[in-house]
Amino acid sequence: MFSSDQSCCWFVRKVICWRAVASMAWSVLLLLPTTALFVLLIRFSLFHPILWISECLSLLTSASAIFSFILLCGVVLMVGFFNLEYYTVVPSIACSKIALLGQVLHPRQFVHSLVHCIMGVVVAWCCAFTIGGRYRSLGHSCTQDESSSGPEMCLNEYHLVLLLVGAFIGYSHSLVGVVYNMNYVSFHTMQQYKYLRFKGALPLVVKASAVQALYCLRTFLLLYFFMGYAPRAWICKTLDLNINRLTSQYYLNLPPRPLDLNINSSIHSLDSVSSLLDLSLLYHLWISGTFLLLTWYITVLLFRIFVTEVYSFPVQSTFTEDAHQCLPKVITGTQPMILKFLALQDLALLSQHSPSRRLEVFSLSQPGGHPHIWTALSKECLSLLSDLTERLVAHHDTVATNGRAKSQSTGGNKRSTTSSEGSVTSVGMEDMKTPRPGALIRTPGSVFLRSSVGAGLRTPLTIPFTPDLDSPFSSPALRRLTGPLEPQGALSPGFSSIQSPHVMRRGPKLWSASTDSQLNGSPPPSPGPAPSPSQAQLKPSFLVTFLQNRKDQVKHFLAKRMLIMYLFNKLPEASSQALFADSQVHIWALQGLSHLVAASFSEDQYGIVQTTLPTILSTLLLLQEAVDRHFKLPHTSSKPGHCSCSMGDDSYKTLRFALRSTLKTSVYRITATFGGHLHAVQMSAEHRKRLQHFLEYKE
Amino acid sequence: MHHWTKRNVVMMCSLALFPPPLSGDGETSQYNESNTDPSVWFEDSPALNLYFPRESLKPHSRQESSSKSAFRDHCETLYTRSAGAWRDAGLSGLLNEIANSSAEVPKWLGVSSSCVLALLRWVSSFHSSLFPHLTLSSEEMTAEFSQVLDWSDCAVRSFAWHPHTQKCAVALSDDSIKIYNPKSATTPTLKHRLQRSVAALQWKPLCASALAVACHNCLLVWHVDPTSLSTRPSSGCAQVLSHPGHSPVTSVAWSPNGPLLVSASPRDTAMLVWDVAVESCVPLHRVGGGGVTYLSWSPDGSRVLAATPSSLFRVWETRMWTCERWPSLKGRCQSGCWSPDGSRLLFSVQGETVIYALTFTDNPGMPLMMSGGPKAATVVADLSETTLNTPDGDIMVGGEIQSLAWDPRGERLAVHVKGDAGAGRPAMIAVFKTQISPAFKLLPCGFVQGEAGTEPRLMQFNPNYQHGAQLTVCWSNGKITHVPFCFMSAGNPQPGLGGSPSLPLTQGRPADYNNQTLYTELIS
Repeated sequence: MFSSDQSCCWFVRKVICWRAVASMAWSVLLLLPTTALFVLLIRFSLFHPILWISECLSLLTSASAIFSFILLCGVVLMVGFFNLEYYTVVPSIACSKIALLGQVLHPRQFVHSLVHCIMGVVVAWCCAFTIGGRYRSLGHSCTQDESSSGPEMCLNEYHLVLLLVGAFIGYSHSLVGVVYNMNYVSFHTMQQYKYLRFKGALPLVVKASAVQALYCLRTFLLLYFFMGYAPRAWICKTLDLNINRLTSQYYLNLPPRPLDLNINSSIHSLDSVSSLLDLSLLYHLWISGTFLLLTWYITVLLFRIFVTEVYSFPVQSTFTEDAHQCLPKVITGTQPMILKFLALQDLALLSQHSPSRRLEVFSLSQPGGHPHIWTALSKECLSLLSDLTERLVAHHDTVATNGRAKSQSTGGNKRSTTSSEGSVTSVGMEDMKTPRPGALIRTPGSVFLRSSVGAGLRTPLTIPFTPDLDSPFSSPALRRLTGPLEPQGALSPGFSSIQSPHVMRRGPKLWSASTDSQLNGSPPPSPGPAPSPSQAQLKPSFLVTFLQNRKDQVKHFLAKRMLIMYLFNKLPEASSQALFADSQVHIWALQGLSHLVAASFSEDQYGIVQTTLPTILSTLLLLQEAVDRHFKLPHTSSKPGHCSCSMGDDSYKTLRFALRSTLKTSVYRITATFGGHLHAVQMSAEHRKRLQHFLEYKE
Repeated sequence: MHHWTKRNVVMMCSLALFPPPLSGDGETSQYNESNTDPSVWFEDSPALNLYFPRESLKPHSRQESSSKSAFRDHCETLYTRSAGAWRDAGLSGLLNEIANSSAEVPKWLGVSSSCVLALLRWVSSFHSSLFPHLTLSSEEMTAEFSQVLDWSDCAVRSFAWHPHTQKCAVALSDDSIKIYNPKSATTPTLKHRLQRSVAALQWKPLCASALAVACHNCLLVWHVDPTSLSTRPSSGCAQVLSHPGHSPVTSVAWSPNGPLLVSASPRDTAMLVWDVAVESCVPLHRVGGGGVTYLSWSPDGSRVLAATPSSLFRVWETRMWTCERWPSLKGRCQSGCWSPDGSRLLFSVQGETVIYALTFTDNPGMPLMMSGGPKAATVVADLSETTLNTPDGDIMVGGEIQSLAWDPRGERLAVHVKGDAGAGRPAMIAVFKTQISPAFKLLPCGFVQGEAGTEPRLMQFNPNYQHGAQLTVCWSNGKITHVPFCFMSAGNPQPGLGGSPSLPLTQGRPADYNNQTLYTELIS
């Protein structure tokens, strides 16, 4: 644990922070041309090109422009800081509307939204300053015909609208970021240099920001038209300004109040449709919104590009103090998540492209002659893959029983009852997880998102299994806690608490074996350290059944309410996506293993890979079977959907397809390399048959 | 770069050194240097000698314009028609539609759209004066840049062997694809709404079922379950990969060891790199060339050749996806092929009759910036017109090169020569023997001829032939035959065998000293 802490520290300090700083520096640098372009666009005048250019130049070089530029730099740095603080490599997938709502309302997210709102106002202020003219200040002195009481200050609504647009876009950026997982950082299959990647993505970013600004503007104008009075009045009251009530007073023949004597004011109020649909106003608002989003998106883009850059870890080091930075150590670590991802990516790349580093992997330790490096790497990859297999099997079991019986409540309860009595299966699976509690999932950015109203009681441990809360992964104690509050699973369409005979028959049959072995007190050998017996084992079962009954009642009651149904319904596809949310590591593990094994055919001088080959093959085949079964489930589409054009990265939605294809390719890579030699590998008859299919190219 | 044995005075292999072809007759194609019976080596898969008479294939008569005039209801509203035009042909289509229906639209709209349309046409004419290929229609473009000789007239539009197993896919001129597997009784026929004018086929390596098809305006990736008994897999088995502006697709190439697929279109300056499993693509834009016509991935996966319609081609390295440009050719790069170790690239240029070679010396595993690349291409073979004496009289051979193919062991190089029917030079396939290590050698081997009056249209080496190399040739009469070349691989040399340079070359006459061995090893 100590070493992993140490490695986490050095990595975040030495690599991630520097990458984030570099990305922020580049965004600040890029702010210059962006701002110049913005100034040119916003001050555009078709008929006075020379005046236009000279005005822009003088504006860009003025001292006040430099002040607002510094403000913009501050905003960009802030956005970069938030990117660093909130990013995640494992997306948080809300499995129901209520979970999504919980994410949106979470305090951490609230801070994010608030800060972005403020930053939006700041950027909009800079924009207003740049545009000048009628946008320049919030108040303006009303020129009055009868010089009665000196200059009056009136509210400049153009300025106000611009500021509100900034705030609105800032908030919606934050909100959309949650819904579309904008803080998710995905890794690319293709490696490209940073500059080229940025160049390739830039047109998309510009397009996305323009489109997003347009949508935001539309929504904002609607809102402002209907509810704009409130901020207007509030601002006036606070700052003691006048509202220009030119049109309304004029037409309604209201008696002018003493403060509203600004008949000749050139600035109108903006509460009529025609005044809001002023083309120049719309253009200015749209360009400002696009500018705001563009600078932020570029910051996000640069952060993603920098942070996902390949990092080459040394395979072995000559000095022991650097040992914690080596690939075999780093790959087994769990925190931070990005470290594990980068390590596995490096493994996949070295296995594919770098013969010299592969030789290091296949080498033996100098005193002793043990293949420590290969053992560590293969063990980690295999445990990742078998984790996934178990996850899939558990999910499949849950869905299969429920799907058939149309009643999750009973089936699930039966399961949770038995498992809280200590079923072997669940204990075994928990054991698998205990060496790394929650590690796979917890990232700085993702923790907060999950703990929320709906998901509030789930620990990060259960996150990938949010779709099936009754899965044996979540600890019984937790489940009991969540039980009464967590009607999510049971409220899926068509579920009722009628106890179907199928379930009655099926439940005990499924779990009888486990109860037996529990009675025998002989848990099967588990790879992890000593099993941690769940405390629920000690609880009297009547309490459990009582709680179950209450839970059923609550579920039954709630299931009849439409709104609640809507909120708690599982989103289609979400469970499958959540199951494969972190599958990028599995893909790399598969690639790394299969390439190393294939390379070992000619490069492994000591035959160290051969000792692991049966395990690798059986793990791959088991996973293959589990994945095949998963894709045969109903509600899992067999083809990836098409991505929308926005900044939110939805590559996590297709990870399962990538995994399926990589898995097959990996098995084929091994069979194509070894060919008939695989007959000499020891494996079960079923696996041999399966492998034969691969050897004959019939999968 | 091309070291010949010292006794060999010629610096470059030319057709004059070839043994003259025998007078072509008989059912099977002739491989005139071999005294082995082709059927001996092909008896295990007789079903693969295929024949597609052109008459049996219904001509593809779905001309776009004709179907439009036949089916379009002219009573549609302007809005509907505009939407349709926008969907079908983009902005120019929309403007065209508006300009044509001047009676229904306000005058200013009609006039302005006519103006914009004229402007667009002017700009595009300027553009196409830079890149003349852009004036071609899609079909013409596919025919122009296809590796198949006379693509539009050919019954077999494309052919692909599976890289790992005895299975092949044949694209026919009726836009269907048939899959032949000698071990299975079913012959699946693949048809899809979008599968039009198939320009290229390729099976995915390290996979049993995936077949990439370059179509008129998209890419299709079929997943044909090898165990399924269905003869008509539904179009649900196909993934449709399309990208705006990327049509027609004329070439596809799978990465030999990964999930990536690259596709090229002569109209799109970007080469697309697809991650097929997730249906996402990364466009790789580079300035110059005006499009990408032909792609070839090196067998070791480290490089990709990308030819453009202008006199420029690029070689991409696939680690970081940077490219090096090879400008200033005489014409566009017509075809290319890689040696099995990926170290050597042979290519031909349109309008020239020679084969060039590039050697890449760097270690493909290292992420370097193409520094190990060659500085200049060398000419390794000359296929200019030559007269050869045969017992039946003199025949003319040689000409421009249509395509190149190198067998997977790197021992035979097949060169598809276009010929010129008017000048009495038939299209033919010349075969060279090649040796890659220790020194690159190219020795004449022989010609492959078909029945009288037929010419080869398309050729490919079978990657799964055990006894040497096997060249599959599609002929102009719709037959597909397989020509075996039996030899012992130089990789495991036998005494007295296998490309030993000690044998003297005697002016292009076959000198067969190896009849006592198991397989004939012919040094010509």
